[in-house]
Amino acid sequence: MNIKLLGWAAAFWLAAGAAHADGQLHIFNWGNYTNPKLIEKFEKAYNLKVTMDDYDSNETMLAKVRSGSTGFDVVVPTDYTVKIMIEEGMLAKTEPNQMDNFKNVDPIWVDVYWDKGRHYTVPWQWGTTAFSVNTAKYSGDINTLALLFDTPKELQGRINILPDMNEMINAGLRYLNLPRCTGDPDEKPNMENLKKVADLLQKAKPNWRTFDYDDIGKMTSGDVDMSMGWNGSTFRIRQQIPTVKYAYPKEGMPRWMDNVAVLKDAPNMDNAKLFQNFVMDPENAALLSDFAKYGNGITGANKFLSPDLASAPELNWPAGVNPELVPPCSKDVNDTYNKIWTSLLK
Amino acid sequence: MTAASSVDRLATVQSDLERQRIRTRWSLVAPAMIVIGIFGIVPLLIILVYSFLVAGGYGGVEWKFTTDAYVSFLFDRDIFDGTFKFVPDYLEIFWRSIWLALLTTIVCLVLGFPTAYFMATRPPSQRNYWVFLITLPFWTNLLIRTYAIMLIIRDEGLVNDAMRGIGLIDKPVHLLYTNFAIILGLLYSFLPFMVLPLYSSLEKLDFRLVEAGFDLYATRRKVLWRIIIPLAKPGIIAGCLLVFIPALGAYITPLILGGGSELMIGNLIALQFGTSRNWPFGSAQALILMAAVMLALIVYVRSSTERGRTAHG
Amino acid sequence: MAEQTITRPLTVDTVKRPRDPARQALDLKRQPGFGTVAMLCLAMLYAPIVILVVFSFNTSPSVTRWENFSLQWFFKVAANRDIHDAAFNSLQISIVATVVSTIIATAAALATTRTRPWPGQTAAYMVINLPLIVPEIITAVATLSFFALLASTAKINLGIGNLILAHSVFCIPFAYMPIRARLEDMDLTLEQAAADLYATPWQTFRRVTLPLLTPGVSSGAALAFIVSIDDFTITQMVAGPGQTTLPLYIWGQLHKTGVTPEVNAISTILLVVSILFVTLSFLIGRKRK
Repeated sequence: MNIKLLGWAAAFWLAAGAAHADGQLHIFNWGNYTNPKLIEKFEKAYNLKVTMDDYDSNETMLAKVRSGSTGFDVVVPTDYTVKIMIEEGMLAKTEPNQMDNFKNVDPIWVDVYWDKGRHYTVPWQWGTTAFSVNTAKYSGDINTLALLFDTPKELQGRINILPDMNEMINAGLRYLNLPRCTGDPDEKPNMENLKKVADLLQKAKPNWRTFDYDDIGKMTSGDVDMSMGWNGSTFRIRQQIPTVKYAYPKEGMPRWMDNVAVLKDAPNMDNAKLFQNFVMDPENAALLSDFAKYGNGITGANKFLSPDLASAPELNWPAGVNPELVPPCSKDVNDTYNKIWTSLLK
Repeated sequence: MTAASSVDRLATVQSDLERQRIRTRWSLVAPAMIVIGIFGIVPLLIILVYSFLVAGGYGGVEWKFTTDAYVSFLFDRDIFDGTFKFVPDYLEIFWRSIWLALLTTIVCLVLGFPTAYFMATRPPSQRNYWVFLITLPFWTNLLIRTYAIMLIIRDEGLVNDAMRGIGLIDKPVHLLYTNFAIILGLLYSFLPFMVLPLYSSLEKLDFRLVEAGFDLYATRRKVLWRIIIPLAKPGIIAGCLLVFIPALGAYITPLILGGGSELMIGNLIALQFGTSRNWPFGSAQALILMAAVMLALIVYVRSSTERGRTAHG
Repeated sequence: MAEQTITRPLTVDTVKRPRDPARQALDLKRQPGFGTVAMLCLAMLYAPIVILVVFSFNTSPSVTRWENFSLQWFFKVAANRDIHDAAFNSLQISIVATVVSTIIATAAALATTRTRPWPGQTAAYMVINLPLIVPEIITAVATLSFFALLASTAKINLGIGNLILAHSVFCIPFAYMPIRARLEDMDLTLEQAAADLYATPWQTFRRVTLPLLTPGVSSGAALAFIVSIDDFTITQMVAGPGQTTLPLYIWGQLHKTGVTPEVNAISTILLVVSILFVTLSFLIGRKRK
């Protein structure tokens, strides 16, 4: 016990001042997304002290770092948020395409709509969004959005959806075979289409039990038998409930990528660039995937992954499935989406 | 020295002392005013300013004046037929929070009054322990105890397990993600705020008045309604305010225990600063909420000063 | 007492009532059912806590099935570096905020009580209580905007000082309330006696007022500390890098893994710390009485 007390005191001391580190790096990332082993490896490699703070949504992060001088160096925004941040001049042009490890980036992730040619950001993790179903409670075909919008009896009142305005409206648009946002900042909302989606959502709402990002918690606690979520989180749910399967809806589904970006006023710019380069190394990318169970966008990382992860159905979408990237909507469209969403939740 | 000039001197000395007294009072209260002024009031002023600005394309604000935020609280172009009309959505959300806060206050009162009375009628040596006991739950972390409540009332939680165990029910009763769950959670947080003012009011109760009531052959019930409750009024009002106002702004507890399918005021405001990317609107909503709270307070102050006047006047 | 036995007519009613004054007092105070309701409330309030604390000593990671007594989760908590950082931040912020706000609140209480009205007193009172009536989400968002503006225009970023200041603001009214209550209950005559004995106002304050005020000050400090160490909404918005506090850490954990015995253990520790603080202030209060 005495050693523990000493350890406590020493830890306090270490936390108080990074006296023996050369420098620091302040990372602002999603919670539960970073392999501690990766951070340790990075700290040792460059003799730095890293602080990690959490956020639970892109918008929270945006709200916080928007005005600058927050002290954070690195943030990990999702694709559409990167586009917004570049447009608002919040990111530093670190030119990852000139870094040593850039050659490892899978070519399909290089010329992406949010950062063509990768002048600002580096791939972190990518994934798809759909839903997980406990096949022990429902044995029908799960690969359709009809489960959400025309719920079969067994699943009524047993569904958790993501409280994400864009995800839900896009899902509605896909189900009705209507187009999503093009990314044109002057795009005007198509009122006819959106009215159909609004009605669809209102009609389906009574079948949904909860609106929570915590799909793992909701499924494992038994509160729901089906939850919207992501492929990586579904992998983890499946580890606890083997009868859970990840759905690949035939009407369509989104894919996304989270990226490592450096803030324009980062106090530790050089260390931030080192981190970006570090993450493009295949072994390190594999560390990330091993922890969060998502794909990484770095070629050569697969051979470092554990075999059950490499072959998991969540990480390898079946042939014929084509998850799409969805750019951010224009202000006018966003406003309309807002009104639909508020109306749904009132 | 003439009588007049000595009176004059007395007057100047008195006014000097008075000025010094006021100065001392002001300098003592100055630190509080400064800290709260700069870090409490200035932020609110910023929010006030934001509410009259234009929303930035991707969040933030643009420095142009507009009253859009306030107008859109009540009126908007209907999104589907283009007519300019009254939009009840936000009012519904506000009303739901108000209603829930009211309900919580009433339940707190109904449960808290007997509890406070019980505590106040314990022997004086015991009373402090009861106070300690009733406030201790308040010191657990809000998030933890909300999750603990979830554990107890969810479909596979302790309550349902127990009821099925003794054969009362065979399918779980849906307690979680309902209004019942939300009120339970809010009750948990706010019961001490109701009990403590009631307790301090009831502690000072002069039981000779109660005895007088009994001497006049009143029943216990009559004594309760006609004597005890009216005398405890200051405590009741203070307790109700201390519960209602924070309950109105509560948003974590309703979010976690209610399932997130319905917005509370707090969620609505937070949403504007998040996905909705409409800071001015969020600021306007925040100020409207504060106005409602101020209203409740003014009613309180009015009623207590009137009471003060009739009691002593 | 003697009058009662002589003057009361010996009717059926009076004979039935208990003669002993103590029992008589108990009788007229009793309201049927109130005790039961009180016990029910307490049971309802304590059920979750008891479960929390009990299961933090559980060997099994489940929070509904009991296995064996064990301290393993507390050891895990003690070894977790993130928890150390968070605890250190929490303590740093809360202790400084408590000290600052208690001093300020004491001064404010002295200024606003036991006195003839002075110009600006109502305004002062309203300002002091302002943080209590502003819903937390509003304060959180407003404070974030304020510090963001400060950082971007004046380039002032006080680091953890931002959080300390934000906490002090809402701690002041909480510290103020018990101090003011105590001050109003205090006997003026003792201070007048000191003045009669030729003590200067400062001496009177230091030797008479302050010691008498101690129970109020310690309750105020305890209340401020608890409110600060438990704060989530405001802290979440204002915290900068490396400033994660325990409630923020717990929120992150709850999202990752739900309620685990580790989280329970942290909560138990927090609870024990809060109890210690309050017991301390309680004992100080008792001594002074």
